[in-house]
Amino acid sequence: MSELSIQAAAPAIPGRLRLFWRSFAENRGAVLGLGIMVVLIVVAALADVIAPHSPIEQFRSHFLTPPIWEAGGDPAFLLGTDDVGRDMLSRLIYGARLSLIIGFSVASLSLVAGTILGLTAAFAGGMVDIVIMRVMDILLVFPSLLLAIVIVAILGPGLFNAMLAVVVVTLPGYTRLARASALSELARDYVTATRCAGAGSLRLMFDTVLPNCLAPLIVQVSLGFATAILDAAALGFLGLGAQPPTPEWGTMLSGSLQYYQRAWWVLAFPGFAILLTVMAFNLFGDGLRDALDPKLKR
Amino acid sequence: MALLEIRNLAVEFATARGRFRAVDGVDVTIDEGEILCVVGESGSGKSVSMLAVMGLIAWPGRVTADVMRFAGTDLLGLPSRQRRKLVGKDMAMVFQEPMSSLNPCYPVGWQIAEALRAHNAVAKPKVRDRVVELLDQVGIPAPASRMGAFPHQLSGGMNQRVMIAMAIACNPRLLIADEPTTALDVTIQKQILDLLISLQKQGGMALALITHDMGVVAETAQRVQVMYAGQMVEEQLTDSLFSAPRHPYTAALLDALPERAMGRARLPTIPGVVPGIDDRPSGCLFNPRCRFVQERCLTTPPQLEGPAGARARCHTPLDAAGQPTGVAA
Amino acid sequence: MLRFLLRRVTLIIPTFVGVTFLSFMLIHLVPGDPIEVRVGEHGIAPERLAQLRHEFGLDQPLWQQFLTYEVQLAHGDLGVSVVTRDTVWNEFTTLFPATVELAVCAIIFAMVVGLPLGVIAAVRRGSAFDYGLMGLSVTGASMPIFWWGLMVILVFSVSLGWTPVSGRISDIYFVEPWSGFMLVDCWFADEAGACASAWGHLILPMIVLGTIPLATIARMTRSSMLEVLNEDYIRTARAKGLSVPRVVVVHALRNALIPVVTVIGLSVSSLLGGAILTETIFSWPGVGHWLVESIQRRDYPVLQGGTLLVAVLVILVNLGVDVTYSFLNPRIRR
Repeated sequence: MSELSIQAAAPAIPGRLRLFWRSFAENRGAVLGLGIMVVLIVVAALADVIAPHSPIEQFRSHFLTPPIWEAGGDPAFLLGTDDVGRDMLSRLIYGARLSLIIGFSVASLSLVAGTILGLTAAFAGGMVDIVIMRVMDILLVFPSLLLAIVIVAILGPGLFNAMLAVVVVTLPGYTRLARASALSELARDYVTATRCAGAGSLRLMFDTVLPNCLAPLIVQVSLGFATAILDAAALGFLGLGAQPPTPEWGTMLSGSLQYYQRAWWVLAFPGFAILLTVMAFNLFGDGLRDALDPKLKR
Repeated sequence: MALLEIRNLAVEFATARGRFRAVDGVDVTIDEGEILCVVGESGSGKSVSMLAVMGLIAWPGRVTADVMRFAGTDLLGLPSRQRRKLVGKDMAMVFQEPMSSLNPCYPVGWQIAEALRAHNAVAKPKVRDRVVELLDQVGIPAPASRMGAFPHQLSGGMNQRVMIAMAIACNPRLLIADEPTTALDVTIQKQILDLLISLQKQGGMALALITHDMGVVAETAQRVQVMYAGQMVEEQLTDSLFSAPRHPYTAALLDALPERAMGRARLPTIPGVVPGIDDRPSGCLFNPRCRFVQERCLTTPPQLEGPAGARARCHTPLDAAGQPTGVAA
Repeated sequence: MLRFLLRRVTLIIPTFVGVTFLSFMLIHLVPGDPIEVRVGEHGIAPERLAQLRHEFGLDQPLWQQFLTYEVQLAHGDLGVSVVTRDTVWNEFTTLFPATVELAVCAIIFAMVVGLPLGVIAAVRRGSAFDYGLMGLSVTGASMPIFWWGLMVILVFSVSLGWTPVSGRISDIYFVEPWSGFMLVDCWFADEAGACASAWGHLILPMIVLGTIPLATIARMTRSSMLEVLNEDYIRTARAKGLSVPRVVVVHALRNALIPVVTVIGLSVSSLLGGAILTETIFSWPGVGHWLVESIQRRDYPVLQGGTLLVAVLVILVNLGVDVTYSFLNPRIRR
């Protein structure tokens, strides 16, 4: 009798993935973030198709044309044009592509480097651990934007160098996280069991421990995407990141400072695009953390 | 008149998967100066029902009852400000986890004094003396110097003594102790239990002791309530409960005591677990685990029936020989 | 307590040395010779260069140069600006109060607004207020503040004309720079107009710089309060018959503040990062503005010395946070 009732109850307990989705979808903000991300990815992928103009083409007869709903707007330029007659909408669309590329490359590079450093520190212990973590501490002492500025000042301005600088300043976060979660996993019995079974260090590191540290790292990557986009845009704004006429959102803002009295749209749209993108990744990351971390569940 | 009288108490929690009744149809009666034991496995709702008495069920929990009266005062209709004047003064509670039940930020003496000040139990200049007296009363050595200690500087047993001192600070008429010894070392358990009993005798207060330890029940209680899956399944005087349990669940609990299993090769256990939110059976909640399960147990929920002071929630309550009654052979 | 302090201080010494090493390496990593970098774009004769290299000890091995640099630092010598010929230390100390004033006001603003909001949201979790606040806080935390600053100027200064666009005080006032903190100086100058002007200049940068900390503090306070409100000792406090405000403020908030204070303290580093952007937008004559200008002028000694000083500042503040934390949380004090 008791066995029967247990079997009857079994199908009611949902699978892991569905359970994950259910607790993720419970967080409406996270779903909104995911939605915005999907739209951004589609826009970025189809930029060549959907952008009405080239992002760098200058329409000499249309300097600072206002958006279509303002007096003097031109239907050819939905969101108006900038100071040298480039179509804002097209620049924003191509900017989305650039921002996602920046976010992706920076986050994945930091993740890989940080994970390797963190795992090495956790596994090697002793001097190696101390040296790696001390260096990370020292990097953390500098305000991240200041450190990024200094690095770019040394390497010279440009998108690639800016991205490199952001990788360096976000590295300590990943390293600390990877080390902390690896250390807590290393203390578990299953790791001891694997070690007793004769697994080598590398195998233990990547095959046994790493998969169990992934959850916090995945969350960190999602939030790191947001940081990377924000920092790269800040560098662009200061004239140290992508150089004109690259349609990078921060760079677009930097060139438009002098027009804030006459042409608000040149200022408003790129920044809003940054805000929306960063917010989407933050919302998504928060939702991911809540869904992955059973401790926070109600 | 009973000190505490509750009829048909229910506590519901709103969860993601609908409403869950943690406590359902519980009656509690405690007389002045009496010791009542509430027993049951973990998750049987014994703590929750007592928290409901204290008014400590937080949102999203909901408490309902037909009657809930303490010393003649109706608790249900009482405005929360009035109710707070009772709680901590006339009725007090000691919890299961002494280490986490004390605020880590404040010295223990301060926390006891706070209970005194909240109810103006003693004149302000005397608060300090009273705290020392209380700490001494619960058997803490060098009480004056321990007042400034933080909870993390004391052992679990010491912290539980502090908790007890805090609970009896205002000389309550009812003390509820929620598994006060479960988190402690075995050697300390007995000391704390003895302390509670002696305080109960000295102060003449009523004591409601929640436990899952039948040994504790046998030693301390005058009357016993057995809880299962949020329901009260049996109520008896201690002696008759041990000699002639009427509910199959109580009988199974008693059979699982090592002292009673002398001479047997294996200690009997109760198969299965207490039903949770997903697997509540229809009919009697105990039917998946009951030895004497009948057809009607699967469909009809039994009511609490029997002579006053010996009621059981069973279609076929056991007789003195431990055999089900009212079964068509 | 003294031993605790001493241990913390000894712990930061290696960090200190590491930071100076990094700032030392900075000038050596810049493409080109430090002398050439120092003289700027004017160019220099090769013989003179060799002579200068010897004078500055640049022909010595790197480790020896580093030691020399450390000795110089120990004497408080941070180098001289290529552009103004003033010492880096002098320039820093003149500009520093402006940054401190801005940062302190921003963090106070963030705390005064953020803490109560977070507490209310936690106590009323699930309410419209809670959802609204959480939505705003995600927006705030995601804010590109360089754009936010521009938008605020656009609305309040350009469209509404309520506040001035840049600087610390209107040109028509002269206030004796007694402490360097404009609000304090105006207060002592006892001139209402100057005070109003200083506040008017400060308010927008303060809000802009305070936005991200405000969002973070509100969020942290809320989640920390939610966690603490579930603790056993909160139940104990309620079982004593204490009033709800007393339980929330005396028993919950004190514990909930521990992680929040840590986060506020550790956000000094990112606050200074934000100050770089805020000061640039509002032409606020502080350290951040100075550093950004030093890059544009290729004034590497300023960049090097300034960065080092900022890092040292962060280390000291973090030490202060550690000590405060130990006061708040008796468990870690030994």
